[in-house]
Amino acid sequence: MTNAPTPSIAVTKQEPGGALSFYGVWLIAAAALIVLPLIFSSGGSLTSFSLIGIAIIFALSYNILLGQTGLLSFGHAVQYGLGGFLAVHAMNAVASHNWPIPLPVIPLIGGIGGMAFALLVGWVMTKRAGTVFAMISLGIGELVASSSLILRSVFGGESGITTDRTSLMPLFGWTFGPQIQVYYLIAFWVMISAIAMYALTRTPLGRICNAVRDNPERVEFIGYDPHVVRYLAYMFAGFFAGIAGGLTAINFEIANSAYLGATQSGLVLFSAFIGGTAYFFGPILGAILVTYLQLGLTSVTSVWQLYFGIIFIGIVMFAPGGIAGILMKHRPLIRAGTLGTVIPSYLVAAIPTLALALGVILTIETVARFSGDAAINLLGIPFVATAPTTWAAAAVLVVGGFLVARITWRRVAEAWDRAATVARDRGYLA
Amino acid sequence: MTAAIQVNAVEKSFGNVQIIRDLNLSVAKGERHAIIGPNGAGKSTTFNLISGHIKPTSGEIRLNGEVTSGLRPFEINRRGLSRSFQVTNVFARMTVWENVRCAVLWATGHRYAFWKNVDTLPEVKQRTAEILDEIHLSHRRDVPAGLLTYAEQRELEIGITIAGGASVIMLDEPTAGMSHAETERAVALIRRLTEGRTLVIVEHDMSVVFGLADRISVLVYGHIIASGTPEEIRGNPKVKEAYLGEEVD
Repeated sequence: MTNAPTPSIAVTKQEPGGALSFYGVWLIAAAALIVLPLIFSSGGSLTSFSLIGIAIIFALSYNILLGQTGLLSFGHAVQYGLGGFLAVHAMNAVASHNWPIPLPVIPLIGGIGGMAFALLVGWVMTKRAGTVFAMISLGIGELVASSSLILRSVFGGESGITTDRTSLMPLFGWTFGPQIQVYYLIAFWVMISAIAMYALTRTPLGRICNAVRDNPERVEFIGYDPHVVRYLAYMFAGFFAGIAGGLTAINFEIANSAYLGATQSGLVLFSAFIGGTAYFFGPILGAILVTYLQLGLTSVTSVWQLYFGIIFIGIVMFAPGGIAGILMKHRPLIRAGTLGTVIPSYLVAAIPTLALALGVILTIETVARFSGDAAINLLGIPFVATAPTTWAAAAVLVVGGFLVARITWRRVAEAWDRAATVARDRGYLA
Repeated sequence: MTAAIQVNAVEKSFGNVQIIRDLNLSVAKGERHAIIGPNGAGKSTTFNLISGHIKPTSGEIRLNGEVTSGLRPFEINRRGLSRSFQVTNVFARMTVWENVRCAVLWATGHRYAFWKNVDTLPEVKQRTAEILDEIHLSHRRDVPAGLLTYAEQRELEIGITIAGGASVIMLDEPTAGMSHAETERAVALIRRLTEGRTLVIVEHDMSVVFGLADRISVLVYGHIIASGTPEEIRGNPKVKEAYLGEEVD
C-alpha cells in the first residue's frame, strides 16, 4: 500500500509582470511619502507623520531580529537610544567646529553608533537564541538605561542632552528648522532604510537568517555557524535602530534616558507583533497603527496603555500572525474569487463585535473615572461614571455583544470553510 | 589510501553512563557502509560523534585523514561530511526550494554574503533545480516544507543532506516509517544520489541494509562486535547470537 503524495498543484502560481509590480510598490510608497504632507499640511499631522516614519524604521529593524532570525529582544531600544545620543553629540560637535557636514548625514552616524554597540555586546548575547537571548537583552537594556542616569557627562542625566538641528550647515538652502523639512529628511531615510532592509532579506545572509529562525540545529549541518548568523543579524538590526534613534534626536532636538528604556523596547516589540512578523510589510502596518493610536488615544483617555494591552492580548490570542497575517490569509480567496462570499458574514459579525468593544471601553472608562473625572463621551453620547444607568449599559453591551458575537463569528468560520474549499479546488490554497 | 572515516578508540559517557565503549570503525572512500544493531546500541550516538553534534570523551575521529573530533558540526560539514536526521529536521516555514537553496549556499562560496541578491545567483539556481529534480520535488518547490507529506519530507531531508556536495554522506534511518513502496523508491534514490561518494547509513530494515551496503558493522552496547561484507556478517556466529538471530537466514 502506498500513501503517495496526491496534490501536485503548486501553491503559488506565477504572476505576470512580477518585476513591474515589485518596483511599482516602492514607487507608490515613495510617491505617497512625498504627497502626504501636501494633502495633510497641518502642523499636527506633520509631527505625526514624522513620528510614524521613525517608528517604521525602528519596527522594521526589530523584525530583522524577531521575524527574520527568531530572536526575541526585550532591549532593542538600547541601540535606538545610543544612536540618538551619538547623533546629538555629533550634531553638537559638527556645529561647534563648523565642519561641513549637513544634517541628513547625521542619522548615518546614529546607525553606526547602534551598530558599534551591537558589535561590542552582540557576540556574547547571540551565543544562544531563545530564553537566554531574551533575558540577556532585557538585562543589557536595563543596564544601559540605568547607566544613562548615572553617567551624566555622556547622557546628561535626567534632563538629557539638547542640540540645535539648524546650527549645522544648510543643504540646498534647507536649514531643517521647519517641520516640513524634517519630515522630508525622515521620509528620505524611511525609503532608504526600508529598501535596504528588504534587500537584506533577499541576500544569502537574509535567507540563512530564516533558516536559523526555523531550525538552528540543522543550519550547523549545512556549513553555517548559527552564532555568526545571529551576530550579523543583531548588528544590522542595531544599525537601522540607530538610524531611527538619530532621526528621533533630530526631530526632538534632544536625547534622554527615556529613549533607551524598557517602555521604548516594549513599544517596538508591540508594533512589530501587532503588524505581523512573518511578512516584511507587517511591522510597517504595526508602526503606523501603534504610533497613530499612541498619539490619538493619549488625548482621549488617561488609561491608553490599558487599551494597548488589550489589543496586544487580542492579537496574540486570535491573530498571532498580526495584521499582515490576517490580510495575507485572504490572498488565496481573492485570487480564487471567493472573497465576496465571506464579506457579508464579516459585516454581520462586525455589529455585535463593535457592541462588545464599546461595552469594554465603557467599563474601563467607568472604572478609570469613577472618582469624579469628566463625563465619558462615547460616540457623542455622554455617560456619567457614577450613574447606575451607565453600568447597566456597559453590562448589556458586554454580555449581549459577547453572546451574539460568538454566534456570528461561528458563521464567519463556516463561510470561510466554504470559500477556502473552493479556493483549494481551484488550486490557490494548499 | 586514507579512509573516509576513521574512528579510533572512541569512548563517550553521559555522566556515569558509558554509551560508547572503545569504538573502532573504518570506512573506505566510495564505500557504502551500514551500521546496524539493536535499539539503544548507540547507533545515533555514533552518528552524532562523527558529525560533531557531540564530542567524544576520549579517542580520535578522522575525516579523510584529518582529525575532526572536537570540531563543531559546521566545521566538519565544511570539510566534506553531511548528515541527515532520524527525525525529520527541515526548515519548516521555508519553501522546498528555499530549503535546498540554503543547503547549497555555503558550498557555492556565498557564505554570509549580504551584498548579493540570492535570487540571481546562476550557479545556486541551477544546482538547487538539479537537486529538486533528483529528489522528485520540483513540482512542490513553492510549498512550505512543514506542509509536505511525511515521505516527501524524508526526501527533502536527503536532498538537503546531499545539496552541499559533501564527499561523505551519513543517513540516519532514511526509510523509517515508510511503506514498502516508499522504501523502494527511497533506496533507489539513495543509491543514485550517493554514486561516487562515501555513504554511512543506519537502518533497521534488513532488506535495505543487505541490498545497499558494501560493508556492514554491527554495534552492540556501544561496541562494534563485527565488521565485514554482508556475507561475512551473515555467517558470523557472534552477530547471530547478539542481534540477528534467525532473521538473516
